[in-house]
Amino acid sequence: MEVTPMVLTLADVLPAAAEIFVAGAACLLLLIEAIFGSRARDVMFLLAIAALAGAAWITSTVAVSEPTVILYGHYVADPMGTVLKLFAYGAAAVTLLYSRDYLVRRELLRGEYLVLALFAVLGIQVIVSAGSLLSLYLGIEIMSLSLYAMVAFDREDGVAAEAAMKYFVLGAIASGALLYGISILYGVTGTILLDGIAASVGAGDADAIGLLFGLAFIVVGVAFKFGAVPFHMWLPDVYHGAQTPVTLFVGSAPKIASFALAMRVLAEGLGGAVDAWQDMLIVLAALSMIVGNVVAIAQTNIKRMLAYSTISHVGFILLGVLAGNAAGYRAAMFYTLTYVIMTTGAFGIVLWLSRKGFEADALDDYKGLSRRNPWFAFVMLLMMFGLAGVPPTVGFWAKLQVIAAVLNVDLTWLAALAVLMSVIGAYYYLRIVKLMYFDEPMDTSPVEAKIAVRIMLSVNGIAILAIGLYPGMLLRLCAQVLP
Amino acid sequence: MPVPAKILSWLIWLPIAAGVLVLLLGERRIALGRWVALAASLSTLVLCVPLWAGFDLTTHALQYGEKEPWIGALNAWYHLGIDGIALPLIVLTVFMTPLVIISAWTTIERRPAQYFAAFLVMEGLMIGVFSAADALLFYVFWEAMLIPMFLIIGIWGGTRRVYATIKFFLYTFLGSVLMLVALIWLYLDGGSYEIAAMHRLPLGMTEQVLIFLAFFAAFAVKVPMWPVHTWLPDAHVEAPTGGSVILAAIMLKMGGYGFLRFSLPIAPDASRELDWLIITLSLIAIAYIGFVALVQRDMKKLIAYSSIAHMGFVTLGAFVAYDIWQTTGSVSGAAMGLDGAMVQMVSHGLVSGALFLCVGVLYDRLHTRDISAYGGVVNTMPVFAFFAVLFAMANAGLPGTSGFVGEFLVIVAVFKANFWYAFVAALTLILGAAYTLWLVKRVIWGDVGNDGVASLKDLNVREFIVLATLALAVLFIGVWPAPLLDVMRPTISFLVEQLMVSKL
Repeated sequence: MEVTPMVLTLADVLPAAAEIFVAGAACLLLLIEAIFGSRARDVMFLLAIAALAGAAWITSTVAVSEPTVILYGHYVADPMGTVLKLFAYGAAAVTLLYSRDYLVRRELLRGEYLVLALFAVLGIQVIVSAGSLLSLYLGIEIMSLSLYAMVAFDREDGVAAEAAMKYFVLGAIASGALLYGISILYGVTGTILLDGIAASVGAGDADAIGLLFGLAFIVVGVAFKFGAVPFHMWLPDVYHGAQTPVTLFVGSAPKIASFALAMRVLAEGLGGAVDAWQDMLIVLAALSMIVGNVVAIAQTNIKRMLAYSTISHVGFILLGVLAGNAAGYRAAMFYTLTYVIMTTGAFGIVLWLSRKGFEADALDDYKGLSRRNPWFAFVMLLMMFGLAGVPPTVGFWAKLQVIAAVLNVDLTWLAALAVLMSVIGAYYYLRIVKLMYFDEPMDTSPVEAKIAVRIMLSVNGIAILAIGLYPGMLLRLCAQVLP
Repeated sequence: MPVPAKILSWLIWLPIAAGVLVLLLGERRIALGRWVALAASLSTLVLCVPLWAGFDLTTHALQYGEKEPWIGALNAWYHLGIDGIALPLIVLTVFMTPLVIISAWTTIERRPAQYFAAFLVMEGLMIGVFSAADALLFYVFWEAMLIPMFLIIGIWGGTRRVYATIKFFLYTFLGSVLMLVALIWLYLDGGSYEIAAMHRLPLGMTEQVLIFLAFFAAFAVKVPMWPVHTWLPDAHVEAPTGGSVILAAIMLKMGGYGFLRFSLPIAPDASRELDWLIITLSLIAIAYIGFVALVQRDMKKLIAYSSIAHMGFVTLGAFVAYDIWQTTGSVSGAAMGLDGAMVQMVSHGLVSGALFLCVGVLYDRLHTRDISAYGGVVNTMPVFAFFAVLFAMANAGLPGTSGFVGEFLVIVAVFKANFWYAFVAALTLILGAAYTLWLVKRVIWGDVGNDGVASLKDLNVREFIVLATLALAVLFIGVWPAPLLDVMRPTISFLVEQLMVSKL
């Protein structure tokens, strides 16, 4: 084989400018932290937000209308990637904003936290734009290692350390499974590039048994990253054990990465083997919806409850993916994006309620919230009805889309199961509304928050209603960017 | 009379906007908020005058149509339009809402602004349900309505309100989501969410049966039909007066409306095959639930069970059409059953709403709904007693009241189909009279039962206005139902035509 000399021109790396920028910004923050320490805390926070804004600007500037492959096929820039990245920056920025007060009060707002967050965003960017299994794996590891460290960030907190340990060990096993699957796939198709794998699978060149074998491991890896049952064990413990800002972070932007991971590997790389992975995903989706919704009912801690709620939503997202056609992918993307908006808002409320030395994570802390602060109780009400999928909130359209997607491929029983599970799910969301609206407050002190947080939470809540009343734009966006 | 442009949109969004305004005014400016709520609800009532007057009585086509693009990607439209079965229910909605607001004027002490806002938002959403011509738009209004009702029962309800409201929400949600699956299936099959296009969509028998059952799950819970009625007594007993009134007067009608709008025209063959199911359940509701009503000790629970029995006439009248047609070949006979179902819906809306308001009047004074806590109310509240007896008579189906017209039409129609159906249905004339009159006897007549009753004060002006208005409406329809029947006639005739044409 003739070896071509590696020469990189500016045009070769320009589509990846945002990744380079974020990596540079993270390193810069690390330097600032090393030199100025905690004195520069507020500056660093603003810089981190500015870095995300800058990345958004760069991403939209270098956006391409047609898929563009650079770095010898390992990096692909396409419209879907652009949109997913922009949402990931937005989610990360809003997350940091919501977390700021909490972190300051617990003296956790240090440069390293922001650096880790930016590195996690970098990992998400790499996953989203991965053109080969190798860059995909690289992205997953960048993101995951940052997240492990974030979960363990508070050294004083034993529960968080335990959660981080579980997350790390189980994550490592999943990474191993994924890597094993990748190596088998490489073995049967002879290439590590996703378009090469797609061509090989499409032409029927690959050994069917080997392909299925590799596929099974890949699906395990994807399911773990998503938190789909039966690979969900880490999720409740991590959500529960981590500091709330970290839970919020883990629960928002990385979900976009999980969706991108599924899209890149299953839809683009292994689209030809859809019959093989569809059955696997059906099992994962059905189990996730059942276990997530049923177990959530028994929870008394809101973070744990939202963790199981996440598992059930993952089941719904998988419904869209497993349809294996454009309408299904569109539905899954719409679901993922709107889910991130809703879950960010819900955790935003949890953070807004917690004060120094007080975690607002027991369900009873929500009693009588509508008396203490009617507006934010209403915002939380919108989040809860949104997560339950009741119109006119955006959650309804997300569910409608994925149910239409599975009906479209004649999986009527799965659609029926999905709607029944959403009824069970409605129960525990209603319980939060019940606590906020029907019960008397145990603590009548008003809740304070910075004006920026209040505005952001309000925007977050109104977005759930506004997109719910007029979902056309976001739907069109998802339809445009997916091939 | 000139009809304002986009009148249906005004009817939907004016009360919702007013509700938001009342909410923004807050509890501290409730004095102003009350007037805003009343003004908004009366404005919708005024808007209904040109709506009714300008309605074309010669066509079954949708009128006052509005069609704007809504969600291009799903081919869903903001498409409104009403026909002869939607118009009476819309008028019923705008008629009841001001009464609810007036009746709650000063009796709600906790968070009154939110209370009024919830009812205004409800009003807009309910009008939206009746005027949506796009199935997805219909579904959004249908489900959105659950949120304010959930809050109304949960915040202002009685001691077991949390149980009742969660049960109410989950029950109706469960039925609705199955309907959603059917709607999506129809969309995937026909490519459109337009309800009229779904009517025209050819469907095989198996598809029709599945779709029929999915719709049945939604509408049977809403009506509610035996045996999925158990949420209703709980919800009614725990709900505040206004909640019970809207629940009984309007929300139950949505089940009946759904059968007429979706089940019958979309799945006519499945409806014909499965009409025995609906008829049986309706007869059980009429007879068995009538007996259940007899033994209630709580006034609201008694009226709730009576509602279930009366709604049995609606479903009976609607689905007996096939039997009539097959037995007698008479199309007008089939139409009579449907006419009866519609009149019964309007009449039951007025009568049950009025009865719940009567219970509210007593409850505001003595804070109990136990029948045994009353007795001899006529001695201290003669004006109230007059109205209560009038509405009780209407509930029992006394000629001259609206209750008679609906039940009579249905029983006569059913007679043409099958004697034994009519026999069971006619039991209601005895049972309805029994439980209603016995209630009147125990609460109103007799000697003053206790000190509480002795201290009762008669109706104030506000309560008098509310009950007198309802009394006039009940008597008007009872004596002269022709305007109501004229409005419905072309639509019902067209519906019968749709039923008679097989889709197979």
